[in-house]
Amino acid sequence: MADTFTVHLKIWRQDGPDQPGKLVDYTLDKVNEHMSFLEMLDVLNEEIVAEGKEEPIEFDYDCREGICGSCNLVINGQAHGPKDMTCTCQLHMRNFSDGDTIVIEPFRAKAFPVIKDLVVDRSAFDRIIEAGGYVSVKTGSAPDANSIPIDKTVADTAFDYATCIGCGACVAACPNSSASLFTGAKLAHLNRLPQGEPERKKRTVAMVEQMDEEGFGDCSNYAECEAVCPKGISISAIAEMRRNYVKATLAGTEA
Amino acid sequence: MPSFSDALKSQVGRKILTGVTGVGLIVFIIFHLATNLQVFGDAHAFNEAAHALESMGWLLYILEAGLAVAFLLHAYVGISIWWNRRQARPEGYEKYQSKGGPSHMSWASKSMIFTGIVLLVFLVIHIDTFKFGATEMVTLPGGEQARDLKGLMIDTFQQPLWAFGYTAVMILLGFHLGHGFWSAFTSLTMKHNKYSALIYTVGVIFAVLMAVGFLFIPLYIYFGGGCEAALIQCQ
Repeated sequence: MADTFTVHLKIWRQDGPDQPGKLVDYTLDKVNEHMSFLEMLDVLNEEIVAEGKEEPIEFDYDCREGICGSCNLVINGQAHGPKDMTCTCQLHMRNFSDGDTIVIEPFRAKAFPVIKDLVVDRSAFDRIIEAGGYVSVKTGSAPDANSIPIDKTVADTAFDYATCIGCGACVAACPNSSASLFTGAKLAHLNRLPQGEPERKKRTVAMVEQMDEEGFGDCSNYAECEAVCPKGISISAIAEMRRNYVKATLAGTEA
Repeated sequence: MPSFSDALKSQVGRKILTGVTGVGLIVFIIFHLATNLQVFGDAHAFNEAAHALESMGWLLYILEAGLAVAFLLHAYVGISIWWNRRQARPEGYEKYQSKGGPSHMSWASKSMIFTGIVLLVFLVIHIDTFKFGATEMVTLPGGEQARDLKGLMIDTFQQPLWAFGYTAVMILLGFHLGHGFWSAFTSLTMKHNKYSALIYTVGVIFAVLMAVGFLFIPLYIYFGGGCEAALIQCQ
């Protein structure tokens, strides 16, 4: 059996959206280096349940494979913790040492209100996606493969942007709480492909407007979002969003 | 589609405005420094350059109006970005640290609002001291009467508060440009996988050159003893 070690945790506890929250200290001494960060919290929750004094800590997750974008913790001041291009669920305890103090907080932004403890409501992102509208594709029988020729580099770049899982780390890490990287990535993905081209202008304007409306802050080109993005999405997406927005508004057409 | 004014008010529009006015102000300070360095030319070079500017008539008013609009818009958008940021995260983090790597988080980028406001206050004092400051009149070699701005500059910077105050503000200008140069390019959508690192480096070098260029003059005048200094010719 692997050696276990002890970590000191300072975890944000908040009973509800309008309740005040605070950091609560826990010490966990059965940590094993092979545990994922969320498994470590599972073990802590088992202890809390067994003790029966307080409710277990609420935190978000779904796939635990780094592809769904559900997990969202700020660990020691960094969204998704210290490891590059890694979601919270794929962060393992081997990245920490015996005796470490780990501060765990929710993603903080007015547009991401806390529901309970470490769980925040990220439906603002869904509304930005919804504002983007549709893509003109035939939805009947499956289209012929390769009937629309797409340059390999274009397809690859679109796919790089499509890897955005909408976790919200970009917002959490941005000093301004800007959602520009998320919105930019979605736009850069759809706008560069021929299937997304017909609605390019309309989509760009609508998604930028929705992003404004949700109360996210402005982008100040800090690029901290790129540093914390578990998919390593480049802020070139933001520049591209601006380019498309300028083209769309100067052209002034409806499409 | 949004109207042009609505588009300018959007997050993207505000960045474009900041970038365009920022580039305008960068061009302005390059010309300003080039003019300042005339102080090391012959005895009349600086006053002649200043006199040439002041004799431009209506063209000068247009340039000044453009500059004023650029400064005010740049400051207004900058302050509104700072204000929005406070609204966008009412409860801050107990612990926050940058993840490094591609991040451009630095003292320069985090202090744009501070360095910007210092520069804005400085601008008012600066215009009051030099543009509207009382000077003696000198006769230029061409026979024209001109304000002795060179004399005013030397008198001003022989006082420690002015010499070191200007130096401190110019260091802050360097930090503002250190993030601002690169950021302006990115805001104006010029972000490139290959060239952005180069633009950032050029921006930092530019920022250092501007800061050193501007702060060298007050320090040189102060420590060199004004007209006694080797590189300065007085009448």
